[in-house]
Amino acid sequence: MTNLHTTIHDIDFKNPIIAASGTFGFGEEYNELFDVSCLGGISSKGLTLRPKDGNMGIRVYETPSGMMNSVGLQNPGVDAFIEHYIPVMRQWDTVLIANMGGHSMDDYLEGASKLSAADIDILELNISCPNVKSGGMAFGIKAEVAAEVVKAVRKVCTKPLMVKLSPNAENIVEMAQACEAAGADSLSLVNTFQAMAIDVHRRKAIFENVYAGLSGAAIRPIALRMVHSVAKKVHIPVIGLGGITTAEDVLAFMMAGATAVQIGTVNFTTPDAGRQIVNDLARVCEQEHIDNIQDIVGIL
Amino acid sequence: MRSLTRYIIKQHIVKYFESTVESNIQITDDIYVMTVLRHEAKASAGQFFMLKCWDKELTLMRPISVYQASEEHLLFMYRLVGEGTRKLAALKNGDSISLLGALGNGYPLDQIHGRIAVVGGGVGIPPLSLTTKMLQAQGETVDAYLGYRDEIFAVEAFEPYCRDIFISSEKGPEGYRGFITDLLKAEQYDAVLTCGPEVMMRKVAQICSEKNVTCWCSMEHRMACGIGACLGCSIPTTEGMRRVCKDGPVFLASHLFQK
Ligand SMILES: Cc1cc2nc3c(=O)[nH]c(=O)nc-3n(C[C@H](O)[C@H](O)[C@H](O)COP(=O)(O)OP(=O)(O)OC[C@H]3O[C@@H](n4cnc5c(N)ncnc54)[C@H](O)[C@@H]3O)c2cc1C
Ligand SMILES: Cc1cc2nc3c(=O)[nH]c(=O)nc-3n(C[C@H](O)[C@H](O)[C@H](O)COP(=O)(O)O)c2cc1C
Ligand code: FES
Repeated sequence: MTNLHTTIHDIDFKNPIIAASGTFGFGEEYNELFDVSCLGGISSKGLTLRPKDGNMGIRVYETPSGMMNSVGLQNPGVDAFIEHYIPVMRQWDTVLIANMGGHSMDDYLEGASKLSAADIDILELNISCPNVKSGGMAFGIKAEVAAEVVKAVRKVCTKPLMVKLSPNAENIVEMAQACEAAGADSLSLVNTFQAMAIDVHRRKAIFENVYAGLSGAAIRPIALRMVHSVAKKVHIPVIGLGGITTAEDVLAFMMAGATAVQIGTVNFTTPDAGRQIVNDLARVCEQEHIDNIQDIVGIL
Repeated sequence: MRSLTRYIIKQHIVKYFESTVESNIQITDDIYVMTVLRHEAKASAGQFFMLKCWDKELTLMRPISVYQASEEHLLFMYRLVGEGTRKLAALKNGDSISLLGALGNGYPLDQIHGRIAVVGGGVGIPPLSLTTKMLQAQGETVDAYLGYRDEIFAVEAFEPYCRDIFISSEKGPEGYRGFITDLLKAEQYDAVLTCGPEVMMRKVAQICSEKNVTCWCSMEHRMACGIGACLGCSIPTTEGMRRVCKDGPVFLASHLFQK
């Protein structure tokens, strides 16, 4: 039997498979289909300090080998998460990651202090959100802007801090190094790629916000390259994601340097993908004569 | 794909399973009826399943309502729209298909009593067939208002369970030429159930609201997970944002459309 255990920030994951933020809710719905405790961890729906209704109009749209989304961070807010959803997520025997975004420095700081004081294992900071102060440019585009947020959050956050990078960053390696220097304990990458779709018959953009985030198998080769180049340049754990659909994909991301991975869009394609990938991973590792899954991390 | 059913350990209300196509028949230019083995999946009036018959070619499963259900079978009636429904239409007897369901809150049969009108438009008609059958079985009197663009279908699936059936067609040779909403006399009913294009449902809701008749609408929205996790199908209601796949698809019209 391959040892699938993975340790990040001294926290034990029973395997390196984590459900990605925004694709798995708080775990409740998927737990009706399979026991979500089989997962290494679950990253919560992206939270913001205050509740958000999200965007109007079309929010999800299939594209070749992938999909676009413009959910707009609909969520119950940090307080409701702490009161109602942490107890829900604590029913499962899996690592609890709270994913949080913000639209201003104050949002990030207040949200992070509250979550950090609550019963979570890891805070995952989503820096792909538009910054109201700089005309809506995402925090995760310019390294110096992202570093400022990470540094400030680091000061108020007593929990391990995982920073989730946007592939839309000007330079992903510089971004990763800036976040590491600012105090990130680990990095997860990638979030969705900015993309666009047009309904030519109506002569209109599909999404009300015009641009939306691309995810799924279509982004996998680019995500893999980004994970590889970042993992070579930082000294903290990298969590890889972007279009992972099979156990082989998991191994590819780990060989490229990821300590663990997250799975997002595949949960929609195959509702019990989490369980299937965990089971397949054990089998494929046996076949590949991998005794300890951590042995393959970064071999390329 | 064969291995899916093996994973079903607990009998959940929502289940993800592999089934077999028993028949898949084209009934009009672009409408098909598919019969699949039910495998004890639950299914009530106005509920739907997410379907797929592909592994990696497409990313999302497709939501299709339950048209009819028997002890052994589930029937889906669907219109050819794009890539997904084209793949469904190509299925042959004996082919396998993956299903997730039954999903959503359908028509609340325990709250619907007396004289009932069901008002369907296009592929909003099929889900009202099972609904009508279940209403008749619990002793209600049902009239069906079925609106078509041109060719008429599924009428025979209403006949055994209805008192009256009204048919309209915008272009076709049969029935009243115009919109089905022109025929609806809401004041004759205790409740009106509608499913179809949003413009039609808005009109039905407006007619009902003028006559103070309760109206239930079945909404459509693009979906990713189908089970309430991704918030891809949220719509604004008077009660706040609601997920069409989990809180709906059936909502009180008064919660959806402001006067
Ligand atoms: C709750 C519910 C029940 C439905 N029941 C039926 C039914 O009984 N019979 C029937 O013919 N149709 C039904 N539909 C519509 C059906 O889901 C779409 O026609 C179908 O998904 C089109 O897929 P496609 O790949 O052929 O088309 P494409 O246009 O290529 O699909 C691209 C994407 O858009 C989505 N999409 C396209 N049109 C719709 C639509 N109208 N509603 C929701 N998503 C859409 C698809 O699911 C897919 O993700 C229902 C929709 C919902 C939400
Ligand atoms: C519908 C949807 C909602 C998402 N919501 C969030 C979110 O709230 N916070 C976040 O950090 N990432 C969010 N993401 C991004 C995913 O977590 C993930 O980074 C991305 O989809 C790439 O992985 P994948 O290709 O495996 O889906 C969302 C993705 C999708 C498809
Ligand atoms: S489709 Fe995911 S919440 Fe409705």
